[in-house]
Amino acid sequence: MRVVGKPLPKVDAATKVTGRAVYADDMLPARTLHCRILRSPHPHARIVSIDTSAARRIPGVVEVITGADLPIKFGILPVTQDERALEHEKVRYVGDPIAAVAATDEEVAAAACDAIEVEYEVLAPVMSVEAALVAPKDERIHDYGGPHNIHKLVALEFGDVDGGFARADSVREDVFFFEGNTHLPMEQHSAIATYVDGRVTLWSSTQVVHYVHRALSKVLELPMHRIRVIGAAHGGGFGGKTDPFAHEIIVAKLAMLTGRPVKCTLTREEVFYAHRGRHPVLMWVKTGVTADGKITAMHFRSALDGGAYGSYGVASTFYTGALQTVTYDIPAYRFEGCRVFTNKPPCGPKRGHGTPQPRFALELHLEKIADDLGLDPVALKRRNFVKPNTRTVNWLRVTSCGLEECTDLVVKASKFHERTRTRGHGMGFAISSYLSGAGTAIYWNDMPHSEVQIKVDRGGVTAYCGAMDIGQGSDSMLATIVAEELGLQPSDIRLVTADTDTTPIDLGSYSSRVTFMAGNAALEAARKMRALLGEAVEASGRKYEDVPFEEATVLAEARFGTLTTAGSYTPPKIAGPYKGSGVGPSPAYSYSACVVDLDAHPRTGLVNVNKVWIAHDVGRAINPLLVEGQVEGSVYMGLGEALMEEQVFRKGLHKWPSMLEYKSPTFLDVPEIETFIVETVDREGPYGAKEAGQGPLLPVPPAVCAAVHDALDVWIDEIPVTPEKVVEALRRKDKGEPPRYGPLRFPLIPYPETIKVDGPDGHQDGTY
Amino acid sequence: MKNEILRRVERVVLTLDVNGERRELLVPVHKTLLEVLREDMQLTGTKHGCELGECGTCTVLVDGRPQLSCLLLPIQVQGRAITTIEGLARGSELHPLQVAFAELGAAQCGYCTPGILLAARSLLEENPKPTRDQIREALAGNLCRCTGYTKILQAVELAAGRMT
Repeated sequence: MRVVGKPLPKVDAATKVTGRAVYADDMLPARTLHCRILRSPHPHARIVSIDTSAARRIPGVVEVITGADLPIKFGILPVTQDERALEHEKVRYVGDPIAAVAATDEEVAAAACDAIEVEYEVLAPVMSVEAALVAPKDERIHDYGGPHNIHKLVALEFGDVDGGFARADSVREDVFFFEGNTHLPMEQHSAIATYVDGRVTLWSSTQVVHYVHRALSKVLELPMHRIRVIGAAHGGGFGGKTDPFAHEIIVAKLAMLTGRPVKCTLTREEVFYAHRGRHPVLMWVKTGVTADGKITAMHFRSALDGGAYGSYGVASTFYTGALQTVTYDIPAYRFEGCRVFTNKPPCGPKRGHGTPQPRFALELHLEKIADDLGLDPVALKRRNFVKPNTRTVNWLRVTSCGLEECTDLVVKASKFHERTRTRGHGMGFAISSYLSGAGTAIYWNDMPHSEVQIKVDRGGVTAYCGAMDIGQGSDSMLATIVAEELGLQPSDIRLVTADTDTTPIDLGSYSSRVTFMAGNAALEAARKMRALLGEAVEASGRKYEDVPFEEATVLAEARFGTLTTAGSYTPPKIAGPYKGSGVGPSPAYSYSACVVDLDAHPRTGLVNVNKVWIAHDVGRAINPLLVEGQVEGSVYMGLGEALMEEQVFRKGLHKWPSMLEYKSPTFLDVPEIETFIVETVDREGPYGAKEAGQGPLLPVPPAVCAAVHDALDVWIDEIPVTPEKVVEALRRKDKGEPPRYGPLRFPLIPYPETIKVDGPDGHQDGTY
Repeated sequence: MKNEILRRVERVVLTLDVNGERRELLVPVHKTLLEVLREDMQLTGTKHGCELGECGTCTVLVDGRPQLSCLLLPIQVQGRAITTIEGLARGSELHPLQVAFAELGAAQCGYCTPGILLAARSLLEENPKPTRDQIREALAGNLCRCTGYTKILQAVELAAGRMT
């Protein structure tokens, strides 16, 4: 291949390094009004009255709206349409939007927000999973779900779990906790809307132009063809810009009312409250193994603190139980999940969506089982690795799988088995897997998940696709694939992306779906175009490769007229035959393995990571430079989650809603990262490619905890691993108590009757 | 009351020297350099991440030294040479740091990139052959959430090598 597999610069690299990329807040059309949003100061309260009259009198204020102007509810999932752009009945977290002002200046809009009088009837807040499981003091947060403040309960069993435990030589139970954390994109969310000729246009910093389009249509009661959503240059998402947000709907409404452009950029503090980040998850896991470490059965329970709204929560809940089986061959598996509502900013998807928490628990749990059995943890995990081309007991179809190669690479490069154990220095190993796109759309439909059109005209190639480049390089991926097929360079391809008026659909940049799905759509469209060009050239008696591209386009346009082709991608229907089977299936899974080397100070508890080796099975690296960038960024973010990042609240208020106090790794904190790209060439991926943007985060937190145990002989069963926790675990060890820091018990949860599902035929013999 | 204050916004005439161009502006006295650059001079290449001096995103150079434009009032920097990302390239010829960042994929979302490029240029002017630890130290005030910093470090080293 000529361009696929080459470490070429991104097609938009020059734009990015010169400051010319136009992010949403960089736009300032003439007559733009600035919007500020009044937000709830209470975690839980009924709104008795809202008086905007004083605000309206302030010079410079053009429009003030409240919930009465936007009463229709929305939400990312069809089953949880529980949000309003502005609440007029009840607020459910500090930061819930109540009113919005459009004014000539941002300061005027802020002053007008201060002048809005809201009378509240304050309600007792529900601030923890435990509190959500019992009867509320005043009232439930939502009037759906339940009992009490439970949002979602799941109980599924695959295969004979009791029999599996009975067959085991030993059974171990552990409890783990993964603290919530947030995306912390460098760019604050921002959106700007215009209303011209009866049509709304919204430019937004979003990962999902299509879902924003749908939400706007619903809440504004406008048909979709009268709304255009354009993804502005994107300053980082990591899952944090994957919901439709109140401010996007608000600026559109204000533009409709005022007839002027209206912009809203959240403050950094508002971004912390907008959140939709990593759920705090308490987990209990029980596994039976034979004496030689083969898993016979597993039972996994999760309790998610969901915050105030549904968001992606139902999917997040299923994800905490879905992918355990994609790395390990678990012959019998029971999953019980629970998500509760609490009066905190809503949680949602962050890089790895619902799977880093159980991956942390699972890897550390197996580490402990290996310790119990006196086995090498790498060997124990290896003994249970899934094989390529199998179906898991919960019906997930595994195609290409590079677990063995990934493990070999990091174990050898790090000299994991040759390490000498010295107090204060340790190494840890972990593996993981992630989706190359969710196999089902967020709302039920049979349409393609991604579509690409190509236009060739007078020697120029333009590719159109709804895919949103959020910095991961999806534009470069599209250009590379089209260029490869047509015999050009990526920089030759003009791109039009993420614009609901001019591009065909792509569902968005989430679930690591873009390379696989938009890539396949681009491949189909490009191959069709190549066939047209080739046919025209051959009709002239020559070969495509021998004719300059411009000449080929002239021949083809003369022969066929306007040259356009299209390609689309619909994932295969591979979900299992049970309710809830829509979460977990993916056309292909990526695999990662990593080793962390660190020093953990036996007196201060300070952990200093020296080096991370990571191998990632990306199927095929369409651009290895960009794959490395995704892997390194994932490792960095995994280290942040493992060691310092915490989204925590006191009396409904975020404890540290600032970039200084919410600790994230700096240039000084990130160790050397050695990346190995493994190419298993997936049979359904474009050129064999799978995902790279999320999976490599997953093994990092458990590898850190395994390494801390290697260094100090204490288990830190709770993320993040702060010095206080390490010191406390060492203190307990010195006192002869169990040498660990972490949750002691898992609450009693009223799970429904377990739905029993037979495993797929052929699971046991490895066929599918 | 905030709205009382708003009625009496004091404005000042400023002369700013930005990227070698002198501009006279009438701006509210409380506006930060960041706001004046972005809103009054349309130099939107300078980004903002916190507006509290925490993230380094709004870094510009003042007389060649990196400064956080969100913490400066324009009146403090009158008569001094301000460089923003728009002034890093010479015409359409990119600065070696920009070339290296593009080549090595050191900009993903690109939002922190202008600030980091300027901080790096200041470093290389002071210390043309920095060690990796010196680069880390010089850029430690700039957060990036995409790259894990690795490709940025490599790009600064590549540019330094080419410039000497």
